Amino acid sequence: MAGKLKRFYMNDKIIVPVISVVVSLIIAAIVMLLIGKNPFIAYGALIYGAFGTEGALINNIMKATPLILTGLSVGFGFRAGLFNIGANGQLIIGALLATYVGAHMSTFPFYLSIPLTLVVGMIGGALWAAIAGWLKVARGAHEVITTIMLNYIAVFIANFVVNGPFQAPGGVPKSPEIAYSARFPNLLTTGATWLSAGIFVALAAVAVVYVIIEKTKIGYEVKAVGFNPYAAEYGGISIAKNTVLAMAISGALAGLAGTMQVMGVYYRYLGSLGGGMGFDGITIALIGQNDPIGIAFAAFLISSIRAGSNQMQIAGVSKNIVIIIQGIIIFLVAANRLVKSFMFWKKGAEEA
Amino acid sequence: MNAWIQAIINVFINPVFYKSTLNQSTPLIFAALGGVYSETTGVVNIALEGIMLMGAFGGVVGSYFTGNPWYGLAVALLLGVAMAALHAWASIRYSGDQIISGTAIILLAQGITGFSLVELFGKPGSTDLVRSIPLVNLGSFEKAPFFGKIFGSLSPLVYIAFASVIFSWYLIYKTKLGLRMRSVGNNPEAADTLGVNVYNIRYFGVLMSGVFAAFGGAFLSIGELGQFTENMSNGRGFIALAAMIIGNWSPTGAMWAAILFGAASAFNDQLQSQGILHLATNTQYLFGMIPYIITLIVVGGLVGKSRAPSADGVPYIKD
Repeated sequence: MAGKLKRFYMNDKIIVPVISVVVSLIIAAIVMLLIGKNPFIAYGALIYGAFGTEGALINNIMKATPLILTGLSVGFGFRAGLFNIGANGQLIIGALLATYVGAHMSTFPFYLSIPLTLVVGMIGGALWAAIAGWLKVARGAHEVITTIMLNYIAVFIANFVVNGPFQAPGGVPKSPEIAYSARFPNLLTTGATWLSAGIFVALAAVAVVYVIIEKTKIGYEVKAVGFNPYAAEYGGISIAKNTVLAMAISGALAGLAGTMQVMGVYYRYLGSLGGGMGFDGITIALIGQNDPIGIAFAAFLISSIRAGSNQMQIAGVSKNIVIIIQGIIIFLVAANRLVKSFMFWKKGAEEA
Repeated sequence: MNAWIQAIINVFINPVFYKSTLNQSTPLIFAALGGVYSETTGVVNIALEGIMLMGAFGGVVGSYFTGNPWYGLAVALLLGVAMAALHAWASIRYSGDQIISGTAIILLAQGITGFSLVELFGKPGSTDLVRSIPLVNLGSFEKAPFFGKIFGSLSPLVYIAFASVIFSWYLIYKTKLGLRMRSVGNNPEAADTLGVNVYNIRYFGVLMSGVFAAFGGAFLSIGELGQFTENMSNGRGFIALAAMIIGNWSPTGAMWAAILFGAASAFNDQLQSQGILHLATNTQYLFGMIPYIITLIVVGGLVGKSRAPSADGVPYIKD
């Protein structure tokens, strides 16, 4: 048992991300020292901002909800050998379509309008991502470039739509509200923050993605193509079909993330709705090592840092440091041999 | 319909369109050249976007603290090379995933510039105005009809961009170093057997990509206006990558593709400002997406015909 536990902790899949996170927090602390700020106070404020009050905790969980989904989106892509850097665009298109449908649901009961709005949001993200999948399969265009371009295009489409054909009265760039029947119920309300039922949708998605990846034929084929496309093709698995399918599933998860923001947070489409959640998804998938359960934990880590960063900003450290921290984490995960060399050094020290 | 034809003709007969094309192409030419250097030696570099951003910021910081925009350019190049060195370190020394490492560099650049912006200038969003690199005035030629308005006063960086294309073409295709770069990118094992140091050549390629992408970034910030705004590279690093692909990984090809993108973007801006079209304000968003749609179509349509260096993106691990 002890041996098994030790092997679990010494497993690269756990130790590389843990060391990467710790090292990045240390480097950020050094940066704070260099500019004359006290990192203990800053991190103290961060922890307080993330967990200190009931409102902070609710805010944290609300932030984690879409991040779990964008993390799953990017992670699922990675399992299929695809780098979906376009979760942001898929999220925007999903949110936009979900808002459109949600706004027309006032005569429907909640048990129809909630699932319908969810499904439409997922389809929106899936179709947007499938464009990149198709371009890769049919034209050999790398998904990194195509999904980035689709991100920009999605932003422009959204801006066009909420500044004209689908704009709420009043001249502000935002859409009309969705119907009450299409909103998630609030589980808890504290002051200006509330906890929506969306977190359960996100956690259910973790379970569903886990089952798809580990227990189904789709998951097996997608992983096989990601691991070695030519061997998979030789074994009778279609690269083309699975690439488009994997991209669509990845996009559906991102679309669902956007839909969460519409149905549980803003109740409408807002320009800033996407934020950097697509890029956060990359960090989360890499920390979670593309494992659905790992991704859920990583999403809570990043949401805590994000939620706490406002408090840290009040304590005098710009919240942009969070982006630096994420950059360092991703860098260290990319250079995982570097991180492993820290470990060997540590192992050597133990033996001596 | 007639109004549209008239508007399009108006754009093409106006020298402003051609000048704007040169200005919009310049950062793309620089960054696309950077991509050519890196990928010719076999290292995929999506970090261009981040390196440009860093270069743009470095240019303003250098100019702000010294009052001399040329020192600004020097700081830009230094920071660009530093970011490229990080990418090289992860992807060459530690055989890391080049796309993931590139993503990290982009995030680092966004974080570092956003963070330092607040620290140095006391507010988010954009920096103070600083001195920009003086334009090259061609004296009385400026008064020449049509061409005078295009070439009369351009940033020296525009000329440097085109000179860099010729320099890079010569270096990559006509020198021993260029031959080594190409052999390392196509068949590192064979190059290694012949005594070429694969790692050093790849470091050279990636660091040069830092130099050129930083030139592009510096043009954005201190080429004309003399200001840095958050995320001002705004996808140009990726469009430059597309230009490199369309240009078949050659300096001249990349330049032509970059000019195409620059022209598309300039055309866009000019067409929107044609009062005769009576455009609603929100149509700016429809026009705004056109360069990105063109990139998407072109990458999707042309990639089959262009060919990347065989070992592009594959880490080399010496036995």
